[in-house]
Amino acid sequence: MKVAIFDYGAGNIFSLKVALEKRGATVDVIKSFDQADNYSGLLLPGVGNFDPAVQSMRKSSKTTFQEYVQDKIPVLGICLGMEMFFEKSEEGKEQGLSVMEGEVVILPNKFKIPHMGWNNLKIRKSNPLMDGIPDSSWVYFVHSYRVKPKNDDIIVADSDYGIAVPAIVNRGTLYGTQFHPEKSGKIGSLMIQNFLRECKK
Amino acid sequence: MTLTKRIIPCLDVANGRVVKGLHFESIKDAGDPVLLAEKYSREGADELVFLDITASQEQRETIRSLVSKVAQVIDIPFTVGGGVKTLQHARDILLCGADKVAINTGAVKNPEIITELMNLFGKQCVVVAIDAKRNYDYAKGKNIFSEDSKKFWFEVFIYGGKTGTGIDAIEWAKKVQQLGAGEILLTSIDKDGTKDGYDIILTKAIVETVSTPVIASGGCGEPLHMLEVFKKTDVDAALAASIFHYETHSVDRVKEYLKENNVDVRL
Repeated sequence: MKVAIFDYGAGNIFSLKVALEKRGATVDVIKSFDQADNYSGLLLPGVGNFDPAVQSMRKSSKTTFQEYVQDKIPVLGICLGMEMFFEKSEEGKEQGLSVMEGEVVILPNKFKIPHMGWNNLKIRKSNPLMDGIPDSSWVYFVHSYRVKPKNDDIIVADSDYGIAVPAIVNRGTLYGTQFHPEKSGKIGSLMIQNFLRECKK
Repeated sequence: MTLTKRIIPCLDVANGRVVKGLHFESIKDAGDPVLLAEKYSREGADELVFLDITASQEQRETIRSLVSKVAQVIDIPFTVGGGVKTLQHARDILLCGADKVAINTGAVKNPEIITELMNLFGKQCVVVAIDAKRNYDYAKGKNIFSEDSKKFWFEVFIYGGKTGTGIDAIEWAKKVQQLGAGEILLTSIDKDGTKDGYDIILTKAIVETVSTPVIASGGCGEPLHMLEVFKKTDVDAALAASIFHYETHSVDRVKEYLKENNVDVRL
């Protein structure tokens, strides 16, 4: 199975590529949605800044993200990749991809920022991404912003950082994780496997 | 439950091998970096740090290939540092698969590199390593501390702990945070290699100064020292090298010990 990682040109996507390959996927790194056929899944990696990342996606392709995905291709947005699903972010001025309703806000400054390290998941509802993953599993976070969905129904799991941080969101074929599954040991690897299984469908 | 304290094995690398020194000097061989990285990751290390202690121009290729090998075998975050002076060098390391890059001398010499790196890769990639040493000569305008009725301030050292800068470590920590550091790797030169425990005064002072996460380093000789630094300061992570390298203590046993003593760790 072939999946694509969208490269905004901002950073390390090597770990994510290796993590997908370890779970049996063939991975291409793409910089445009034009002529990007035949991929069973798309990954939006978690490194970079909001505005340059959104801009790189708009400038490089005639095909928009929505046209490309068409509610059919499973997408996993990681950290910044998940934040881009929403309408706007306090990190920048650009409009987000707006495929999920809500906004991205900075973490309250009474806490250490970034929220960096291992925290556990409180699972709110069952989800294909969570198959075989027990409640309270540890995952690795590193972020300064959190998402505020308009409708809490899309939150699959959250994490406690003094406030509840939405950790996993899902709407249709779109999945987002605020943490980094590619850096979250065995649990993260299992989530990647679950995502790839959705891509196969 | 909330964020756990992180336990970070450190691998000092010279000529492609892991080495361990005392007070930044007299080094001995401690193993193959890739094998050790895999072992620590398996045992439950929360992150790894690699420091190229030779940091010469010729070593850059060795480090690049090491970084990509490590990135293929482990699935936890890792930081690479040592001799990173230019944006291009930092970029190389990140693109080879490291999650974070640690800069020390490079940041003191050219503080703008912190902001440039943050703009390119985001804050989370930028670790500023601060090597601090107690200076007992009174100097005006420094943050003064005392222990056993001796007064001192903490001076930032560069070039692998060899050269003093006259810069106050507390002020420098504030500055690097403003410039865009996502994390501070704080090493006590006085304690490094002594197996005497972390410098609690230094660690506490820096943690209370900045709002970014801080990693305590230098002096860990036994699990008790980690317990001590977590109980006495609000530090986020403890780094150690020798206690893990020579099979004295395994990462999982150390974490179990911390857990038994009510430190939140990932097990």
